[in-house]
Amino acid sequence: MRDLTEAFSTALRMILGGDPELLEIVRLSLEVSTAALFLAACVGLPLGGLVALLRFPGRRFVAILLNALMGLPPVVVGLLVYLMLSRSGPLGGLGWLFTPTAMILAQFVLIVPIVASLTRQVVEDLWEEYESQLRSLGAGPLRAIPTLLWDGRYRLVTTLLAGFGRAIAEVGAVIIVGGNIAHVTRVMTTAIALETRKGDLALALALGLVLLGMSLGINAAASLVTEFARRREG
Amino acid sequence: MSPGRVAASILPLEFDSVGYTVGGRPLVRELSFRLEPGLRTLILGPNGSGKSLTLRLAHGLLRPSSGSVRWHGAAPERVRGDQAMVFERPVLLRRSVLANLEYALALKSVPRRARRDVAFEFLRKTGLESLAQRSARVLSAGEQQRLAIARAWATEPEVLLLDEPTAVLDPGAARSIEKLIDAIAGSGTRIVMTTHDLAQARRLADEVLFLWEGRLLEHARADEFFDRPESDRARAFLRGEPMW
Repeated sequence: MRDLTEAFSTALRMILGGDPELLEIVRLSLEVSTAALFLAACVGLPLGGLVALLRFPGRRFVAILLNALMGLPPVVVGLLVYLMLSRSGPLGGLGWLFTPTAMILAQFVLIVPIVASLTRQVVEDLWEEYESQLRSLGAGPLRAIPTLLWDGRYRLVTTLLAGFGRAIAEVGAVIIVGGNIAHVTRVMTTAIALETRKGDLALALALGLVLLGMSLGINAAASLVTEFARRREG
Repeated sequence: MSPGRVAASILPLEFDSVGYTVGGRPLVRELSFRLEPGLRTLILGPNGSGKSLTLRLAHGLLRPSSGSVRWHGAAPERVRGDQAMVFERPVLLRRSVLANLEYALALKSVPRRARRDVAFEFLRKTGLESLAQRSARVLSAGEQQRLAIARAWATEPEVLLLDEPTAVLDPGAARSIEKLIDAIAGSGTRIVMTTHDLAQARRLADEVLFLWEGRLLEHARADEFFDRPESDRARAFLRGEPMW
Protein backbone atom coordinates (compact mmCIF):
# COMPACT_ATOMS: atom_id res chain seq x y z
CA MET A 1 0.00 0.00 0.00
CA ARG A 2 2.91 2.32 0.85
CA ASP A 3 4.47 1.51 -2.53
CA LEU A 4 1.26 2.50 -4.19
CA THR A 5 0.99 5.80 -2.35
CA GLU A 6 4.57 6.57 -3.17
CA ALA A 7 4.08 5.67 -6.83
CA PHE A 8 1.03 7.87 -6.92
CA SER A 9 2.76 10.88 -5.44
CA THR A 10 5.75 10.39 -7.75
CA ALA A 11 3.29 10.21 -10.65
CA LEU A 12 1.70 13.48 -9.63
CA ARG A 13 5.10 15.11 -9.29
CA MET A 14 6.01 13.91 -12.79
CA ILE A 15 2.85 15.39 -14.24
CA LEU A 16 3.01 18.70 -12.38
CA GLY A 17 6.78 19.01 -12.84
CA GLY A 18 6.57 18.27 -16.54
CA ASP A 19 8.87 15.23 -16.49
CA PRO A 20 10.68 15.20 -19.88
CA GLU A 21 10.21 11.49 -20.51
CA LEU A 22 6.53 11.75 -19.73
CA LEU A 23 6.12 14.78 -21.97
CA GLU A 24 7.93 13.10 -24.84
CA ILE A 25 5.62 10.11 -24.69
CA VAL A 26 2.48 12.22 -24.38
CA ARG A 27 3.57 14.38 -27.29
CA LEU A 28 4.18 11.40 -29.56
CA SER A 29 0.79 9.98 -28.61
CA LEU A 30 -0.92 13.22 -29.51
CA GLU A 31 0.99 13.56 -32.77
CA VAL A 32 0.25 10.02 -33.92
CA SER A 33 -3.43 10.08 -33.00
CA THR A 34 -4.02 13.59 -34.37
CA ALA A 35 -2.46 12.60 -37.68
CA ALA A 36 -4.54 9.42 -37.76
CA LEU A 37 -7.68 11.41 -37.00
CA PHE A 38 -6.91 13.98 -39.70
CA LEU A 39 -6.49 11.25 -42.31
CA ALA A 40 -9.56 9.39 -41.08
CA ALA A 41 -11.59 12.62 -41.34
CA CYS A 42 -10.35 13.28 -44.90
CA VAL A 43 -11.49 9.81 -45.94
CA GLY A 44 -14.31 9.04 -43.52
CA LEU A 45 -16.40 12.21 -43.83
CA PRO A 46 -16.81 12.12 -47.63
CA LEU A 47 -17.07 8.33 -47.59
CA GLY A 48 -19.87 8.45 -45.02
CA GLY A 49 -21.62 11.10 -47.10
CA LEU A 50 -21.35 9.07 -50.28
CA VAL A 51 -22.65 5.89 -48.67
CA ALA A 52 -25.51 7.87 -47.14
CA LEU A 53 -26.72 9.59 -50.31
CA LEU A 54 -25.60 7.75 -53.42
CA ARG A 55 -27.73 4.88 -54.60
CA PHE A 56 -25.46 2.13 -55.89
CA PRO A 57 -25.72 -1.64 -55.81
CA GLY A 58 -24.37 -3.02 -52.56
CA ARG A 59 -24.88 0.24 -50.69
CA ARG A 60 -26.59 -1.49 -47.80
CA PHE A 61 -23.81 -4.04 -47.65
CA VAL A 62 -21.19 -1.28 -47.46
CA ALA A 63 -23.17 0.44 -44.70
CA ILE A 64 -23.39 -2.79 -42.70
CA LEU A 65 -19.71 -3.52 -43.32
CA LEU A 66 -18.69 -0.06 -42.06
CA ASN A 67 -20.80 -0.60 -38.98
CA ALA A 68 -19.24 -3.97 -38.33
CA LEU A 69 -15.74 -2.60 -38.83
CA MET A 70 -16.36 -0.06 -36.05
CA GLY A 71 -15.71 -2.88 -33.64
CA LEU A 72 -12.46 -4.06 -35.26
CA PRO A 73 -10.18 -5.59 -32.61
CA PRO A 74 -7.05 -3.41 -32.50
CA VAL A 75 -4.69 -6.39 -32.40
CA VAL A 76 -6.17 -7.68 -35.64
CA VAL A 77 -5.67 -4.28 -37.25
CA GLY A 78 -2.12 -4.31 -35.90
CA LEU A 79 -1.52 -7.73 -37.36
CA LEU A 80 -2.92 -6.79 -40.78
CA VAL A 81 -0.95 -3.56 -40.98
CA TYR A 82 2.13 -5.47 -39.76
CA LEU A 83 1.72 -7.99 -42.58
CA MET A 84 1.32 -5.21 -45.12
CA LEU A 85 4.42 -3.35 -43.91
CA SER A 86 6.69 -6.30 -43.09
CA ARG A 87 9.61 -6.76 -45.38
CA SER A 88 7.89 -9.44 -47.45
CA GLY A 89 4.54 -7.58 -47.43
CA PRO A 90 3.16 -5.51 -50.32
CA LEU A 91 4.16 -2.22 -48.67
CA GLY A 92 7.39 -3.57 -47.20
CA GLY A 93 9.50 -1.41 -49.48
CA LEU A 94 8.32 1.73 -47.71
CA GLY A 95 10.28 0.83 -44.61
CA TRP A 96 7.52 2.09 -42.32
CA LEU A 97 7.45 -0.79 -39.86
CA PHE A 98 8.38 0.26 -36.32
CA THR A 99 8.05 3.96 -37.14
CA PRO A 100 5.39 6.45 -36.02
CA THR A 101 4.09 6.39 -39.61
CA ALA A 102 3.12 2.74 -39.20
CA MET A 103 1.29 3.63 -36.00
CA ILE A 104 -0.58 6.42 -37.75
CA LEU A 105 -1.58 3.99 -40.48
CA ALA A 106 -2.78 1.42 -37.97
CA GLN A 107 -4.86 3.94 -36.01
CA PHE A 108 -6.22 5.33 -39.26
CA VAL A 109 -7.43 1.88 -40.29
CA LEU A 110 -8.92 1.42 -36.85
CA ILE A 111 -10.96 4.63 -36.76
CA VAL A 112 -11.86 5.30 -40.38
CA PRO A 113 -14.88 2.95 -40.11
CA ILE A 114 -16.00 4.79 -36.98
CA VAL A 115 -15.83 8.19 -38.64
CA ALA A 116 -17.42 6.94 -41.88
CA SER A 117 -20.19 4.99 -40.21
CA LEU A 118 -21.23 7.71 -37.77
CA THR A 119 -21.02 10.29 -40.57
CA ARG A 120 -23.29 8.15 -42.73
CA GLN A 121 -25.83 8.14 -39.92
CA VAL A 122 -25.67 11.90 -39.42
CA VAL A 123 -25.93 12.63 -43.15
CA GLU A 124 -28.79 10.16 -43.67
CA ASP A 125 -30.77 11.74 -40.84
CA LEU A 126 -30.24 15.22 -42.24
CA TRP A 127 -31.11 14.13 -45.78
CA GLU A 128 -34.44 12.83 -44.58
CA GLU A 129 -35.17 16.29 -43.24
CA TYR A 130 -33.59 18.27 -46.10
CA GLU A 131 -34.26 16.22 -49.23
CA SER A 132 -37.36 17.95 -50.63
CA GLN A 133 -36.01 21.38 -49.79
CA LEU A 134 -32.59 20.78 -51.32
CA ARG A 135 -34.03 19.22 -54.46
CA SER A 136 -36.32 22.21 -54.74
CA LEU A 137 -33.37 24.59 -54.45
CA GLY A 138 -31.58 22.62 -57.14
CA ALA A 139 -29.18 20.38 -55.21
CA GLY A 140 -29.07 16.67 -56.01
CA PRO A 141 -27.51 14.07 -53.70
CA LEU A 142 -23.91 14.70 -54.78
CA ARG A 143 -24.17 18.44 -54.25
CA ALA A 144 -25.95 17.81 -50.98
CA ILE A 145 -23.03 15.94 -49.41
CA PRO A 146 -20.89 19.01 -48.60
CA THR A 147 -24.06 20.87 -47.60
CA LEU A 148 -25.07 18.21 -45.11
CA LEU A 149 -21.54 17.69 -43.80
CA TRP A 150 -21.47 21.38 -42.98
CA ASP A 151 -24.96 21.47 -41.51
CA GLY A 152 -24.12 18.41 -39.42
CA ARG A 153 -20.86 19.95 -38.27
CA TYR A 154 -21.56 19.89 -34.53
CA ARG A 155 -22.60 16.27 -34.53
CA LEU A 156 -19.64 15.44 -36.74
CA VAL A 157 -17.23 17.10 -34.32
CA THR A 158 -18.40 14.72 -31.61
CA THR A 159 -17.96 11.88 -34.11
CA LEU A 160 -14.37 12.94 -34.70
CA LEU A 161 -13.78 13.22 -30.97
CA ALA A 162 -15.03 9.67 -30.57
CA GLY A 163 -12.56 8.54 -33.23
CA PHE A 164 -9.73 10.38 -31.54
CA GLY A 165 -10.61 8.87 -28.19
CA ARG A 166 -10.55 5.40 -29.67
CA ALA A 167 -7.22 6.03 -31.42
CA ILE A 168 -5.33 7.45 -28.49
CA ALA A 169 -6.54 4.83 -26.03
CA GLU A 170 -5.81 1.68 -28.01
CA VAL A 171 -2.70 -0.37 -27.40
CA GLY A 172 -2.97 -3.55 -29.46
CA ALA A 173 -2.36 -2.09 -32.91
CA VAL A 174 0.42 0.37 -32.15
CA ILE A 175 2.41 -2.07 -30.05
CA ILE A 176 2.53 -4.52 -32.95
CA VAL A 177 3.39 -2.11 -35.75
CA GLY A 178 5.34 0.39 -33.64
CA GLY A 179 7.25 -2.00 -31.42
CA ASN A 180 7.26 0.32 -28.39
CA ILE A 181 10.78 1.55 -29.04
CA ALA A 182 11.91 4.12 -26.49
CA HIS A 183 12.06 7.68 -27.88
CA VAL A 184 10.79 6.48 -31.27
CA THR A 185 7.48 4.67 -31.10
CA ARG A 186 6.66 4.64 -27.41
CA VAL A 187 3.25 6.15 -26.80
CA MET A 188 1.16 6.40 -23.65
CA THR A 189 -0.63 3.07 -23.92
CA THR A 190 2.40 1.02 -24.88
CA ALA A 191 4.48 2.72 -22.22
CA ILE A 192 1.89 1.93 -19.57
CA ALA A 193 1.88 -1.74 -20.61
CA LEU A 194 5.66 -1.89 -20.49
CA GLU A 195 6.25 0.08 -17.29
CA THR A 196 3.62 -1.90 -15.43
CA ARG A 197 5.32 -5.13 -16.39
CA LYS A 198 8.68 -3.71 -15.31
CA GLY A 199 7.20 -2.58 -12.02
CA ASP A 200 7.81 1.14 -12.63
CA LEU A 201 4.40 2.08 -11.44
CA ALA A 202 5.07 5.80 -11.13
CA LEU A 203 5.50 6.46 -14.85
CA ALA A 204 2.67 4.05 -15.69
CA LEU A 205 0.38 5.81 -13.25
CA ALA A 206 1.37 9.24 -14.47
CA LEU A 207 0.62 8.26 -18.06
CA GLY A 208 -2.57 6.59 -16.97
CA LEU A 209 -3.71 9.78 -15.26
CA VAL A 210 -2.89 11.85 -18.34
CA LEU A 211 -4.79 9.40 -20.56
CA LEU A 212 -7.74 9.41 -18.19
CA GLY A 213 -7.71 13.20 -18.15
CA MET A 214 -7.68 13.30 -21.93
CA SER A 215 -10.58 10.97 -22.25
CA LEU A 216 -12.53 13.02 -19.72
CA GLY A 217 -11.57 16.15 -21.66
CA ILE A 218 -12.70 14.63 -24.94
CA ASN A 219 -16.06 13.66 -23.50
CA ALA A 220 -16.49 17.05 -21.89
CA ALA A 221 -15.67 18.72 -25.20
CA ALA A 222 -18.19 16.52 -26.99
CA SER A 223 -20.98 17.40 -24.59
CA LEU A 224 -20.05 21.09 -24.71
CA VAL A 225 -20.27 21.04 -28.50
CA THR A 226 -23.65 19.33 -28.33
CA GLU A 227 -24.90 21.83 -25.80
CA PHE A 228 -23.60 24.75 -27.86
CA ALA A 229 -25.30 23.38 -30.98
CA ARG A 230 -28.58 22.88 -29.14
CA ARG A 231 -28.56 26.48 -27.95
CA ARG A 232 -27.59 27.84 -31.31
CA GLU A 233 -29.98 25.82 -33.41
CA GLY A 234 -32.73 24.73 -31.11
CA MET B 1 -31.29 36.09 -64.90
CA SER B 2 -34.28 38.16 -65.86
CA PRO B 3 -33.46 39.10 -69.44
CA GLY B 4 -33.53 35.54 -70.77
CA ARG B 5 -36.88 34.93 -69.19
CA VAL B 6 -38.96 36.89 -71.65
CA ALA B 7 -37.89 34.61 -74.47
CA ALA B 8 -38.52 31.28 -72.74
CA SER B 9 -41.52 31.11 -70.45
CA ILE B 10 -42.19 27.80 -68.72
CA LEU B 11 -45.92 28.54 -68.68
CA PRO B 12 -48.51 27.28 -69.28
CA LEU B 13 -48.47 24.48 -66.71
CA GLU B 14 -50.50 21.54 -67.88
CA PHE B 15 -51.79 18.61 -65.82
CA ASP B 16 -53.17 15.89 -68.06
CA SER B 17 -55.21 13.17 -66.28
CA VAL B 18 -52.68 13.08 -63.47
CA GLY B 19 -53.11 10.33 -60.91
CA TYR B 20 -50.97 9.77 -57.84
CA THR B 21 -51.33 6.54 -55.92
CA VAL B 22 -49.62 5.41 -52.75
CA GLY B 23 -49.95 1.80 -51.65
CA GLY B 24 -52.97 1.24 -53.90
CA ARG B 25 -54.72 4.31 -52.50
CA PRO B 26 -55.40 6.99 -55.08
CA LEU B 27 -54.57 10.36 -53.52
CA VAL B 28 -54.89 12.36 -56.72
CA ARG B 29 -57.26 11.27 -59.47
CA GLU B 30 -57.69 12.30 -63.08
CA LEU B 31 -56.38 15.76 -62.39
CA SER B 32 -56.44 17.94 -65.50
CA PHE B 33 -56.01 21.68 -65.68
CA ARG B 34 -53.96 24.34 -67.39
CA LEU B 35 -52.47 27.41 -65.72
CA GLU B 36 -51.79 30.40 -67.95
CA PRO B 37 -49.37 33.23 -67.26
CA GLY B 38 -50.36 36.33 -65.36
CA LEU B 39 -52.83 35.10 -62.77
CA ARG B 40 -52.63 34.25 -59.11
CA THR B 41 -53.93 30.76 -58.53
CA LEU B 42 -55.15 29.57 -55.16
CA ILE B 43 -55.66 25.86 -54.64
CA LEU B 44 -58.41 25.30 -52.12
CA GLY B 45 -59.93 22.24 -50.52
CA PRO B 46 -60.25 20.46 -47.19
CA ASN B 47 -57.38 18.59 -45.56
CA GLY B 48 -56.37 15.56 -47.57
CA SER B 49 -57.87 16.84 -50.80
CA GLY B 50 -54.49 16.72 -52.54
CA LYS B 51 -53.46 20.38 -52.49
CA SER B 52 -49.88 19.83 -51.36
CA LEU B 53 -49.50 16.81 -53.60
CA THR B 54 -50.57 18.91 -56.56
CA LEU B 55 -47.83 21.44 -55.81
CA ARG B 56 -45.24 18.70 -55.33
CA LEU B 57 -46.27 17.07 -58.59
CA ALA B 58 -46.01 20.42 -60.36
CA HIS B 59 -42.58 20.99 -58.83
CA GLY B 60 -41.38 17.55 -59.92
CA LEU B 61 -40.70 16.35 -56.38
CA LEU B 62 -43.23 13.59 -57.01
CA ARG B 63 -43.79 11.67 -60.22
CA PRO B 64 -47.37 11.04 -61.26
CA SER B 65 -48.49 7.40 -61.20
CA SER B 66 -50.45 8.12 -64.36
CA GLY B 67 -50.96 11.04 -66.70
CA SER B 68 -48.44 13.80 -67.24
CA VAL B 69 -47.32 17.14 -65.85
CA ARG B 70 -45.76 19.54 -68.33
CA TRP B 71 -44.41 23.06 -68.13
CA HIS B 72 -44.65 24.41 -71.66
CA GLY B 73 -44.09 20.85 -72.80
CA ALA B 74 -41.14 20.19 -70.48
CA ALA B 75 -40.95 17.78 -67.55
CA PRO B 76 -41.06 19.57 -64.18
CA GLU B 77 -37.58 18.59 -63.02
CA ARG B 78 -36.08 20.01 -66.21
CA VAL B 79 -37.40 23.50 -65.52
CA ARG B 80 -37.16 23.45 -61.75
CA GLY B 81 -34.64 26.26 -61.95
CA ASP B 82 -37.42 28.57 -63.12
CA GLN B 83 -39.69 27.58 -60.27
CA ALA B 84 -39.28 27.94 -56.55
CA MET B 85 -41.29 26.31 -53.81
CA VAL B 86 -41.95 27.38 -50.24
CA PHE B 87 -42.94 24.46 -48.04
CA GLU B 88 -45.46 24.54 -45.25
CA ARG B 89 -42.60 23.77 -42.87
CA PRO B 90 -39.61 25.15 -44.73
CA VAL B 91 -36.25 23.59 -43.99
CA LEU B 92 -33.73 26.27 -43.20
CA LEU B 93 -30.07 25.40 -43.27
CA ARG B 94 -28.26 25.36 -39.93
CA ARG B 95 -26.48 28.57 -40.85
CA SER B 96 -27.05 32.28 -40.67
CA VAL B 97 -29.98 33.99 -42.35
CA LEU B 98 -27.60 35.52 -44.89
CA ALA B 99 -25.90 32.16 -45.58
CA ASN B 100 -29.28 30.60 -46.30
CA LEU B 101 -29.85 33.09 -49.09
CA GLU B 102 -26.32 32.88 -50.40
CA TYR B 103 -26.60 29.10 -50.55
CA ALA B 104 -29.69 29.25 -52.76
CA LEU B 105 -28.00 31.81 -54.99
CA ALA B 106 -24.90 29.61 -55.28
CA LEU B 107 -27.07 26.73 -56.48
CA LYS B 108 -28.50 29.07 -59.11
CA SER B 109 -24.93 29.84 -60.26
CA VAL B 110 -25.03 33.47 -59.21
CA PRO B 111 -21.35 34.50 -59.19
CA ARG B 112 -19.77 34.51 -55.75
CA ARG B 113 -19.08 38.26 -55.81
CA ALA B 114 -22.68 39.16 -56.59
CA ARG B 115 -24.30 36.88 -54.03
CA ARG B 116 -23.97 39.08 -50.98
CA ASP B 117 -25.50 42.09 -52.71
CA VAL B 118 -28.40 40.09 -54.11
CA ALA B 119 -28.92 38.41 -50.74
CA PHE B 120 -29.06 41.74 -48.93
CA GLU B 121 -31.40 43.16 -51.54
CA PHE B 122 -33.91 40.42 -50.80
CA LEU B 123 -33.36 40.58 -47.05
CA ARG B 124 -34.30 44.25 -47.32
CA LYS B 125 -37.36 43.47 -49.42
CA THR B 126 -38.54 40.96 -46.83
CA GLY B 127 -37.65 43.05 -43.78
CA LEU B 128 -35.02 40.63 -42.52
CA GLU B 129 -31.97 42.80 -43.00
CA SER B 130 -31.35 43.31 -39.30
CA LEU B 131 -31.39 39.54 -38.76
CA ALA B 132 -28.80 38.78 -41.46
CA GLN B 133 -26.20 37.33 -39.11
CA ARG B 134 -28.62 35.47 -36.86
CA SER B 135 -28.79 31.70 -36.87
CA ALA B 136 -31.76 30.85 -39.10
CA ARG B 137 -32.96 28.04 -36.86
CA VAL B 138 -33.71 30.26 -33.89
CA LEU B 139 -35.95 32.72 -35.74
CA SER B 140 -39.65 32.89 -34.91
CA ALA B 141 -42.04 30.93 -37.12
CA GLY B 142 -43.06 34.09 -38.98
CA GLU B 143 -39.45 35.11 -39.55
CA GLN B 144 -38.54 31.63 -40.71
CA GLN B 145 -41.37 31.66 -43.21
CA ARG B 146 -40.32 35.10 -44.43
CA LEU B 147 -36.77 33.85 -44.84
CA ALA B 148 -38.01 30.83 -46.78
CA ILE B 149 -39.93 33.18 -49.06
CA ALA B 150 -36.94 35.51 -49.41
CA ARG B 151 -34.78 32.52 -50.33
CA ALA B 152 -37.26 31.42 -52.97
CA TRP B 153 -37.80 34.94 -54.30
CA ALA B 154 -34.07 35.72 -54.49
CA THR B 155 -33.64 33.11 -57.19
CA GLU B 156 -36.09 35.15 -59.28
CA PRO B 157 -38.33 32.28 -60.30
CA GLU B 158 -40.93 32.69 -63.01
CA VAL B 159 -43.34 30.67 -60.89
CA LEU B 160 -43.49 30.55 -57.10
CA LEU B 161 -45.29 27.62 -55.50
CA LEU B 162 -46.37 28.21 -51.90
CA ASP B 163 -47.73 25.40 -49.76
CA GLU B 164 -49.87 26.75 -46.90
CA PRO B 165 -47.37 29.52 -46.22
CA THR B 166 -49.34 30.94 -43.29
CA ALA B 167 -50.81 27.78 -41.78
CA VAL B 168 -48.79 27.92 -38.57
CA LEU B 169 -48.65 31.70 -38.17
CA ASP B 170 -50.61 34.13 -36.03
CA PRO B 171 -52.85 36.62 -37.92
CA GLY B 172 -50.33 39.46 -37.84
CA ALA B 173 -47.51 37.34 -39.20
CA ALA B 174 -49.90 35.85 -41.76
CA ARG B 175 -50.87 39.30 -43.03
CA SER B 176 -47.23 40.30 -43.40
CA ILE B 177 -46.65 37.15 -45.48
CA GLU B 178 -49.67 38.05 -47.62
CA LYS B 179 -48.21 41.50 -48.26
CA LEU B 180 -44.98 39.85 -49.29
CA ILE B 181 -46.79 37.55 -51.70
CA ASP B 182 -48.54 40.61 -53.14
CA ALA B 183 -45.18 42.25 -53.72
CA ILE B 184 -43.76 39.14 -55.35
CA ALA B 185 -46.75 38.84 -57.66
CA GLY B 186 -46.34 42.54 -58.44
CA SER B 187 -42.74 41.92 -59.51
CA GLY B 188 -44.05 39.60 -62.20
CA THR B 189 -43.74 36.19 -60.57
CA ARG B 190 -46.59 33.77 -61.16
CA ILE B 191 -48.07 32.66 -57.81
CA VAL B 192 -49.56 29.23 -57.24
CA MET B 193 -50.50 28.69 -53.65
CA THR B 194 -52.50 26.43 -51.38
CA THR B 195 -54.38 27.59 -48.33
CA HIS B 196 -57.29 26.55 -46.19
CA ASP B 197 -57.86 30.13 -45.08
CA LEU B 198 -60.84 31.33 -47.11
CA ALA B 199 -60.51 35.00 -46.22
CA GLN B 200 -56.92 34.87 -47.36
CA ALA B 201 -57.93 33.14 -50.58
CA ARG B 202 -60.45 35.91 -51.29
CA ARG B 203 -57.78 38.53 -50.76
CA LEU B 204 -55.15 36.89 -52.95
CA ALA B 205 -56.81 34.81 -55.65
CA ASP B 206 -57.39 35.65 -59.31
CA GLU B 207 -58.47 32.09 -59.98
CA VAL B 208 -59.28 29.10 -57.83
CA LEU B 209 -58.72 25.38 -58.17
CA PHE B 210 -61.05 23.56 -55.81
CA LEU B 211 -59.99 20.02 -54.92
CA TRP B 212 -61.95 17.40 -53.11
CA GLU B 213 -60.66 13.90 -52.34
CA GLY B 214 -57.94 14.20 -54.94
CA ARG B 215 -60.27 15.39 -57.70
CA LEU B 216 -60.59 18.78 -59.29
CA LEU B 217 -64.20 19.89 -58.79
CA GLU B 218 -63.89 23.49 -59.93
CA HIS B 219 -61.47 25.69 -61.81
CA ALA B 220 -62.91 29.19 -61.96
CA ARG B 221 -62.22 32.87 -61.70
CA ALA B 222 -62.02 33.82 -58.04
CA ASP B 223 -65.10 36.09 -58.01
CA GLU B 224 -67.18 33.46 -59.75
CA PHE B 225 -66.02 30.72 -57.43
CA PHE B 226 -66.71 32.67 -54.28
CA ASP B 227 -70.06 34.16 -55.46
CA ARG B 228 -71.48 31.29 -57.48
CA PRO B 229 -69.74 27.98 -56.75
CA GLU B 230 -71.05 25.29 -59.06
CA SER B 231 -70.65 22.18 -56.94
CA ASP B 232 -72.42 21.29 -53.71
CA ARG B 233 -69.05 20.40 -52.19
CA ALA B 234 -67.67 23.86 -52.91
CA ARG B 235 -70.80 25.52 -51.50
CA ALA B 236 -70.50 23.45 -48.34
CA PHE B 237 -66.78 24.20 -48.14
CA LEU B 238 -67.36 27.94 -48.49
CA ARG B 239 -70.02 27.85 -45.80
CA GLY B 240 -67.55 26.07 -43.52
CA GLU B 241 -69.71 22.97 -43.21
CA PRO B 242 -68.25 19.58 -42.32
CA MET B 243 -67.09 17.89 -45.50
CA TRP B 244 -68.06 14.32 -44.70
